[in-house]
Order: sequence, then C-alpha cells, then structure tokens
Amino acid sequence: MKLTTPRKILGAGALVAVFALTACSGGGAQPEAGGDGSGGGGGDSGYTFAMVTHETPGDTFWDKIRAGAEQAAKDTGAKLQYSNDPAADKQAQLIQTAIDSDVDGIATTLATPDALASSVQAAGEAGIPIVGFNSGIDQYKDVGALMYFGSDETLAGRTAGERITEDGGKHPLCVIQAAGSVALEARCAGVKEGAPGTENIQVNGADDSAVVASLQAKLQQDPSIDYIVTLGAPIAIDALDAMEQSGSEAKLVTFDLNVDAAQAIKDGEIEFSIDQQPYVQGYLAVTSLYLNLKNGNDIGGGQPVLTGPSFVDSTNIDTILPFAENNTR
Amino acid sequence: MSQATTQAPVSAPHESSNRVKLGWSNRILARPEVGAAVAAVLIFIFFLVVAPSFRSPDALFTVLYQASTIGIVAVAVGLLMIGGEFDLSAGVIVTSAGLFNALFSYYLGINLIVGAVVSLVFCLFVGFVNGYLVMRTGIPSFLITLGSFFILQGVNLGVTKLVTGAVASPNISQMDGYDLMHTIFAGSFRIGGITIWNSVIYWLLLVALAAWVLQRTRIGNWIYAVGGNDASARAVGVPVMRVKIGLFITVSFLGWFVGMHTLYRFNTLQAGNGVGNEFLYIIAAVVGGTLLTGGFGNAIGVAIGAFIFGMTSLGIVYAGWDPNWFRAFLGVMLVLAVLVNLYVKKLSTTRKVG
Repeated sequence: MKLTTPRKILGAGALVAVFALTACSGGGAQPEAGGDGSGGGGGDSGYTFAMVTHETPGDTFWDKIRAGAEQAAKDTGAKLQYSNDPAADKQAQLIQTAIDSDVDGIATTLATPDALASSVQAAGEAGIPIVGFNSGIDQYKDVGALMYFGSDETLAGRTAGERITEDGGKHPLCVIQAAGSVALEARCAGVKEGAPGTENIQVNGADDSAVVASLQAKLQQDPSIDYIVTLGAPIAIDALDAMEQSGSEAKLVTFDLNVDAAQAIKDGEIEFSIDQQPYVQGYLAVTSLYLNLKNGNDIGGGQPVLTGPSFVDSTNIDTILPFAENNTR
Repeated sequence: MSQATTQAPVSAPHESSNRVKLGWSNRILARPEVGAAVAAVLIFIFFLVVAPSFRSPDALFTVLYQASTIGIVAVAVGLLMIGGEFDLSAGVIVTSAGLFNALFSYYLGINLIVGAVVSLVFCLFVGFVNGYLVMRTGIPSFLITLGSFFILQGVNLGVTKLVTGAVASPNISQMDGYDLMHTIFAGSFRIGGITIWNSVIYWLLLVALAAWVLQRTRIGNWIYAVGGNDASARAVGVPVMRVKIGLFITVSFLGWFVGMHTLYRFNTLQAGNGVGNEFLYIIAAVVGGTLLTGGFGNAIGVAIGAFIFGMTSLGIVYAGWDPNWFRAFLGVMLVLAVLVNLYVKKLSTTRKVG
C-alpha cells in the first residue's frame, strides 16, 4: 500500500505504454484479409457510402460484416463511413447524420424497423439510395429500402431444428446471449418450429464465465437436454466448456463461425454451424449501392437476397476453415 | 465501528466513558454482514425448496464458482467503497488485463508469464492513475473512473482490432508458459466427483485477508476513517491520499487477477466483454451491507453479497423458470436482500435504544 514514489510508477507506466505501442506496430503483421493490392480495381469511383448498424461493439460477428463492407468499398473504389449504435433511436440519428453529410448511398441494418422507418424514408426523399441488410427481411420494403441482403432468422432456426430432429434430437436447449434481441428470439423460435421440444435459456454474453456457469447449471438441472444450440460462435466455445464440466453427453450446434468454432467443427466437437455469411452481407450491401448508382441495377429483383442458412459441417469444413482464419467467413 | 474509534479523539474525547454497552446479540446484529447473511440463508432455503437440482453438491460448487468470478473483484470494490470511492472501470479492466497479456505475448512472441507481469504493471498503473486523478483534482471518482471505463473499453476494441485485425484475441493455448499460468489461475481439482476451481479458493482466501486487514490492522482503521470523513481523518494524521490510491490499485490488481483467470480459462477473449460487470461488483458490495456513502461495511458482507448474486442468477436456472423473466427475478431477489438487510439493521438499532 506504500506509495512513496509515484514518479517511479509513472515512469514504469510510460515504459509499458511504449511497449504496448511497439507491440502494435512491430508484431501485428497479420496480412490484410484478401487485400494486398488486388482490390481497389475500380480506382477511385468517387462514391461515399455510409453503413449504419446496430452492432454492440466488440463482437466478432459484426467484425466480419464490416470486413466484407470494407473489402467491397476497396473493390469499387468507394469510401466507406461506418457507424453503429445498438440503441434504435441513436441508430436512426446516425442514418440522419449520413443523409446530412450527403453520402451517395446508405446501407443499414433494420433490427428495429419501426424506429428507423422515418430516417429510411428521409433518405429516399433526399434521393439517396438505401438498402437493408442483416435484419429486417419482412419490413425492408415497407420502410422504403430498395434491396435486402441477409438471412431469414426464423428460416435459419427452423433449418437447424429440422436437422436436429432428423438426427434424433428430442430436447434441444437454445441459448440466447443478449436479452431482448428480436433476431435471436426469432432464431430460437425457428429452432422450436423444427424441433418442438426446444427450450430457451438466457445468459450474459458479455461474461464468458457467467455463460459457462449458467449453462452448467442448466445441464445439471435437466440431464435430458440432448442438443445445445448457441447463436454465436464464442458462446459455442463456452458451451463446450460447460458440457465438459457437467459431464453432459449433449451435442452442440451453433450459428456463425470464428476460428475456434471452425476448428471445433473440424475436431467433431460441434455437429454443424448455421452460417449466415456476414462477410457476404457486408460485401453485397455496399456493392449493390455501387451497382445501383453506376448501372441502375436492382439485385434480387424486388425479392430479398438470402446469404444463408448455409451449413458448415464435417463435409465442407476443410474448405471453410482457412477462410474463417482469414476473418472472412 | 472502527470509524468511531478513529474519530473519537477529534469529536468526543471522553466518549468511551459513557458509551452504551451492547449485549452480544445486539453486537452481532449491528455487524454489516448479518442482514446479508440472513438474506442469503433465506434465498438458499428458497431455492432448495423450489429447485430440486439445486440440492446437489455439484450445484453448490457451480454457484460458488460463479460467485468467485464476481466476488474477487467485489472484495476490492467493497474496500474502495468503504473508503468512500467508486470504480466504474473495474468491469472492463478485467478484459483489458487479459487482452493485454494475450496480445503482448502473442505478437511479440514473448512467454505468457512475462506478458502477465507486464499486464499487471499496466493494470496497477491504471489503478494508480484513477486514484491519483481523484485525489489531485477533487473530481468525484464516479466521473474519473467513468472516463477510464470508456477509455479502456475503446482501447480494448481499438488495439485488439489494430493488432489482430479482428475483435478477439488469438488463442494462446499453444504458447510458452501457458500450462503454468493455466494451472495457477484457471486450475481446478476434483474431490469426490466435484470440481473445485482455484478461483473459489483464492476468493475465500482474499476475503479472509481483506477481513483481517479491515478489522485488525491500522490500514483497516484508515480505510474506515477516509470513508467516514476524510477531512477529520486527515486531521488525525491518516495518509488519506496513500490510502485511497492504494484502494484503487487494489481494485485494478484484483481486476487483473480475474482477467488472468478468464484468459487462461477460455484461452481467448472478445474485446467487448466485461462491460456491465462493474455494477455487479457494486451490487455485491451493497447487498453485503456496504454503505454507498462510505465508512461502513466489511469484507465478509461483500462475499455474502457475491454469493447471493451467484445463487440468484443460477438458482433461477436450476429452478427451470422462463428465461424472459430472468432479470426481473434477479432484481426482486436483490431488492429483497437489501430489504432484509435494512430490517435486521433496524432491529439492532431499536434494541439498542430500548
């Protein structure tokens, strides 16, 4: 508790800061995903696109959406302004900001279509093309978005549920890692359509040890659970931990991918993943704006363009694993 | 209690002569943790009745594990709150500590043990800056640490993205030093088929240590004194600045400790994690009888508070209740715990008068 020399401590801290900085510039030599000068084929198209999402910062899933969007901007020679806020009113404000700064096109997620409708319409009135992606498949037309790229959450869930039933699952547990999320609830509802014995549980996705403890408790409480369905790749890894702790024989199914989850599929620890291909969602959303402005295209011809559900399992993981390591799948 | 002892020379030199003598039952009731203990027993019995699977020793140790991951940092946060300050950065520094260690070691190719030490230095520095700024500027710790909360949250995301190109740390389980660090921070052992995590043992040891420091040492008296009234504490020669900075450093030290547990248990961390846990630490302390205004509380109470949190959050799962009500149940339990706490305290004061 003694603190006679604050200066020494300050000095040590500064040293650490220097270390940290060198760590960033020196060691972080991960090659840019797919970049390497092969992109940017369009040179400078002069367009500026805004992407507005309801991302909660620091989630691997959104990072892929963004990676796809940035690659698309590079490939079409456009500038990308990315912004996000999980609160619907703030997201609406961000769309308004994009309109005010007179961008050439806007891509937005529509997780809360009612809250965003007026902003989306304002973009239309300002003559700025706006497309929806990731969420809002049923409402994107009503609010005035031109196109839609994403997966149908209920359909994706149902596909997973049906496959679980086919494989003999009777009592799946669907794990919701963010309370009150419309998209996650829709996925679990879909799973229940495909596998009627499905039960939901809520966990605190911001704390891995809490996720493990909750799942462990659930598996201890109900040994009849034979499948666990997680809705995000990091949660799947926590579920593996909880299954080991509780000695559960349940099988694991997940949505989305990251490196560890892809590896676990390869190792046979995860049965399969329902991938909605977030990289593609980000990529197509930006590219569609470019094509719309440049060439008047309407991708999907008035119908939503589905990026999933795409199964990743032992049959195709060898192809997909390198892309997961590259942060593009 | 100890606060009265240290203030005695200033306010009422002869107070000890006309002090009310308390019977042992009243003295027990006047302790900060008694209300929480009563609440904990009631909640425990409640879940034993409604949730059959709560009755196994397995379940108890899962609850203890959940409580330890909150409880370790909560001990330090409790001490800090007794000392009259808050630390809102306590939740994210756990993630910062783990990320720092993982990224530093991975990208510089340095042994994880060295990375952990450098991460510790970084965390202690953050704690020092928090404390130093609070003391030097006189700005409430709520604001200063709200600032560091945002800074750390942003740096966690920004640096992780910059270094890894993604928003999660790489998997470190194949690196040098992993086995030792994993054994120390995230190890577990089995007794009679029950898994006991090291973190539970550390938690109990830390609680015992903190309780001893608070009740039996001069530093403990200082902590109560600076939390009760730091002007009079200063007047009687308590090194207020050193005590408070020390408390902030203790918080970030134990934050680092849990960060190490989280990193070595899960091998990788998402950069956005940890947000919101700062409130759980504060809740554990408050449920355990710590006053939000400082100067009152003790370490055992905080531990019971963390245990109540672990019990409630998992008890709901063991009971198999509808998950949509999860937060509502949690809130009701916590408010009930505080009410029982208050009621027991009132009981003790009325008896004292009569």
